[in-house]
Amino acid sequence: MTFWSRLSRPSKASAGVLLGLGFVGGILFWGAFNTGMEATNTEAFCSSCHAPIVAEIRETIHYSNRSGVRAICSDCHVPHAWTDKLVRKVQASKELVAFALGTINTPEKFRARRGHLAHREWQRMKNNDSQECRNCHNFDFMDFSEQGRRSITQHSTALASGDKTCVDCHKGVAHRLPNMSGVEGWQ
Amino acid sequence: MNSKNSVNRFMAGLLIVVACLLLPTVQGQQADSGSGMAKTDNVTNGGQASLRGLTELDETREADLFKPVPRDRRPYKSDYVYQPPLIPHKIRDYELSANANKCLTCHSFKNAVDSGATKISVTHYESRQGQILSDVSPRRYFCLQCHVVQTDTRELISNNFKPVDSLQ
Repeated sequence: MTFWSRLSRPSKASAGVLLGLGFVGGILFWGAFNTGMEATNTEAFCSSCHAPIVAEIRETIHYSNRSGVRAICSDCHVPHAWTDKLVRKVQASKELVAFALGTINTPEKFRARRGHLAHREWQRMKNNDSQECRNCHNFDFMDFSEQGRRSITQHSTALASGDKTCVDCHKGVAHRLPNMSGVEGWQ
Repeated sequence: MNSKNSVNRFMAGLLIVVACLLLPTVQGQQADSGSGMAKTDNVTNGGQASLRGLTELDETREADLFKPVPRDRRPYKSDYVYQPPLIPHKIRDYELSANANKCLTCHSFKNAVDSGATKISVTHYESRQGQILSDVSPRRYFCLQCHVVQTDTRELISNNFKPVDSLQ
């Protein structure tokens, strides 16, 4: 039997083994890939580099509240849909280079870049209609009778018509704000 | 010579007596410093209750519960002329820092018309010398120095305060 004929006419058993190996290998790879990606979504993972900014959320309503619901970094900063998540993860791998270069390795450098970083994140949320807010806060499920007068006024007009999206008004809901002079609606 | 000797002896005796009197207090202080916690004998409220209750100055009192702040209500009436208006809504997590002033997103001259909020008065645009500035004066920027939220609680000290006649 020549080498070529062995390749072109494999025995039935080896085809089955190959298929089986491929199937099991596929499951293992997929599981490991997703588990790995989920591991990069934990608060502990984010804190390993972004500790000071992770700490800022602790005094806000998204961390400490009466009902015990808590949002962690990835709930707001990583899309939940799988493909969007993958895209965001690849984009975020750029941060590893910045980390290695020490682009923001002192509090002073962070303060200087905070505005730039915040504007980028606000723009990202504006572009996807504040999808990460809406994963928990569904406009259709809002009970205006439970809201304050100011909230009803804004939500029933600008938000309902799609004129504005959540992040247009709700900036800094989990972090300290950068210098807000020149930002629409501020000072 | 003899008289000088007797004076010396008298002084020495006096020293011993004073030393004996002082010794117990010195020992007492040493015992206190040995216990670690700075417990001083001379701190006392004399049975006089203050806003801290009868808690001594060197003790830490258990913190009170937060008082509920009304979420959103109509503006409060003023009790006297030139009273800084009280805040009739919750302000939790409204940032007020050198970077950002959340209050001004509704109450500034620019935003008050659209938001329907009370506009800050023109006095906030005056410098100390009475000169009108183009933006909020730094000395009036930190709103919470004068404007505060209210809670519906028991008065700390009962009183008969009444607004001036013109505001009753």
